[in-house]
Amino acid sequence: MIRRARRRGAPRTGVDWFLTIMRVAAVTVIGLGLLAFIAQEINTDNPFAQWANPDATGLTGAQFWGLIISGVTQGAMYGLIALGYSMVYGVLGFINFAHGEVFMVGAMTGMITSNKLADAGLWESNFVGSLVFIMVVSILVCSLTAVIMERVAYRPLRGSPRLIPLITSIGVSFFLQNASVVLLGPAAKAYPDVPDWIRNKHTFLDIEGAKILVILVAAASMICLYYFVERTKSGKAMRAVAEDAEIAALMGINVNRTIVKVFALGGAMAGLAGILWGILFRSVIHTTGFLPGIKAFSAAVVGGIGHLGGAMAGGLSIGVAESVGPLVILEPLGVSGVSQLRDAVAFAVLIGVLLLRPAGLFGERLPAEDRT
Amino acid sequence: MDRLKILGKTTGSRRAFTIVFALLAVFSLLAASCGNDDGVDIGDRGTAMGDGSLGIVEVEEGDAIQIRSLEAITGDVAFFGLPIDRSTQIAVADYGQIHGFDVDTGTSLDDLCSNDGGQAAAQIIVADEDVVGVIGTSCSGAAVAAAPLITNAGMVLISGGNTSPALTSDLAGNAGPNYSVGYYRTAHNDLYQGAAMAKFVFSELGISEAAAIHDGDPYTQGLAQAFADAFEREGGTVTGFSAVNKDDTDMVPVLTEIASGSPGALFFPIFQPAGDFIADQAPGVSGLENTVLLAADGLLNTNYLGLPQTAGMYFSGPDQRFGENVNQSTGMSAVDFLGEYETRYGESPAAPFWAHGYDATVLLLDAIKAASWVESGTLKIDRQGIRDYLNGVRGFQGLIGTINCDNFGDCGSSKITVVENIGGEENAETSISNVVFSYEP
Repeated sequence: MIRRARRRGAPRTGVDWFLTIMRVAAVTVIGLGLLAFIAQEINTDNPFAQWANPDATGLTGAQFWGLIISGVTQGAMYGLIALGYSMVYGVLGFINFAHGEVFMVGAMTGMITSNKLADAGLWESNFVGSLVFIMVVSILVCSLTAVIMERVAYRPLRGSPRLIPLITSIGVSFFLQNASVVLLGPAAKAYPDVPDWIRNKHTFLDIEGAKILVILVAAASMICLYYFVERTKSGKAMRAVAEDAEIAALMGINVNRTIVKVFALGGAMAGLAGILWGILFRSVIHTTGFLPGIKAFSAAVVGGIGHLGGAMAGGLSIGVAESVGPLVILEPLGVSGVSQLRDAVAFAVLIGVLLLRPAGLFGERLPAEDRT
Repeated sequence: MDRLKILGKTTGSRRAFTIVFALLAVFSLLAASCGNDDGVDIGDRGTAMGDGSLGIVEVEEGDAIQIRSLEAITGDVAFFGLPIDRSTQIAVADYGQIHGFDVDTGTSLDDLCSNDGGQAAAQIIVADEDVVGVIGTSCSGAAVAAAPLITNAGMVLISGGNTSPALTSDLAGNAGPNYSVGYYRTAHNDLYQGAAMAKFVFSELGISEAAAIHDGDPYTQGLAQAFADAFEREGGTVTGFSAVNKDDTDMVPVLTEIASGSPGALFFPIFQPAGDFIADQAPGVSGLENTVLLAADGLLNTNYLGLPQTAGMYFSGPDQRFGENVNQSTGMSAVDFLGEYETRYGESPAAPFWAHGYDATVLLLDAIKAASWVESGTLKIDRQGIRDYLNGVRGFQGLIGTINCDNFGDCGSSKITVVENIGGEENAETSISNVVFSYEP
């Protein structure tokens, strides 16, 4: 994308003009929608508010706040999953499409473990301890799944054209989905009921306990991951392999072991996201990982693939946009059925960012061979 | 001289040949004019119904009559389709042979509760020309794709679970946009269900502002629209009408959209798992804290009723108080059926429409019996005869009550009930029969 960008002073082509028109159109739609929404909030009888949608009623402050928190929560989970996509891409330069299914494995593991704990009476009597326990189990299972996936499906293909591991990852994705159907059945599985302090809203900021938990755990995970990658020896090895695997090997870094660590770390983040998903929605099915996986991949691209902070920022951007966008931008413009367009809004963010800033919000961090 | 004799003999033979050929041609024309349009020899059919216009299916001695079951038997809504599929198997076993021939349902097919699933399964079914009828589908969305394929192949499709008005009619003499000749159902038309829920909300609960959510499926959209129309006819106001995607998990945006109209009741006739998330997240959305939640027969199952967030919700659905109803053809009562079901499958039916599936199957078998005859050891089934029989069904006593088929294939009962969920996994089965409102137009 960067290489395709028009050089300064070069003549504008038809594609350049088309992209410019698209950028202007995107900004105009967003601007008009926002202005109409603001006009609605000032006064619903405002002629500008009713210009495109005469039935517009606007949102109360509490409703708007609810949308923002819902988007941040969803986005935090996208961000956690996106870290795995971003790390693997940074090191190996291919998209591991099966990563969304690792997230599903985490949610399923949490469902099985929490129900076993509930049967034993521990879920109710010691919820916090049980929650920590299912998180640890899920992290271990997902890390192991990701490592086995790397060893069995991707390592034998190392060095082959990039399309081959990409297609393989799609195959691994279907394998994991179907393995879940065979082992656990096709129906949706429920998490046990959660305590009231998780289910109910708290007076502090008017947010449900589950959403506070998701935001805090995601933030803590992000900080820990950042510290691990930036400050530890293993993290430095990962960055070195991401920079240039051959030179890193010449410097004495065990590339295979480092790649395994990257998969394990990505799996751990997906496992954590799976548990948070289970606590928030209390339902999991074999296809749970598909759409969040695709959106998390989009988040990684939006943030700038290969950039950890960018992955989380991309996740939050997509989460908030899909939650807020339909009601704040599309409905004031008179678009019907806006709630069914949330996925479209999420992917429109991806297209919009690529149009305006092709390298993502924080810029791409590509392996050495991609930069040459 | 010899040469002349030879010529004369030759000329006589040609004349005889010409006469015989002409007679044969005349007989052929006469035979053709007396036969059916397709030129099929319909033989000695006695009182069997039909005119052979859709073709005759022949079942050789020792072979079985082929029918198929097409229900949602995997995935999120398997709880809904499996009881209907099992009812079909029980009905076939109860019914026994037809004119000395066994009935075979083959391997049960899956409609996946989707348009694509219905289409794929229907293509498999119509590839087998021996199939005479199909019981299914569970979901209206699947029937929209399956019905044209199956009925165009001369087969009939009888559903125990479809309720969308689009598949039959608006009950005012106008065919629905997806109606196919040869499609029938024993399930009710959702125009009744929508009217029942609207009346319950407006008159019984005293709520004058309500909203509805669907998921784009013909069943959910049709029922939500039927509710909205009926609610306005009652005198209420519909403050919001929106839709979700079937795989959405975060319902806060759509619930916020609905909350902006401050409805007193929210009707969401959708399926699991989306229904789980709406019931769970609605009380947390500002403006919906005290809104009464209502759903329909797509969520009326023990699994959903057992969820903590569904306690206190109201559900509309077919009147399941079958009491001592007996199917006139098999002699099976609803009580005996449930016993048989539990013996076979080790559980009670998880969702409604099991009785509808049983009656649909028996109707099909009765229709095959009425439209078939045995000739030289071969069973012949007139496809048009099956339709003729079903078109004429009046006053048939089934498990669901009295069955009458109208001109658009609606054969089901119009009795609808609303039940209240008592709450708790242990009370789920009791809740299904906790009727708080009954409706019959």
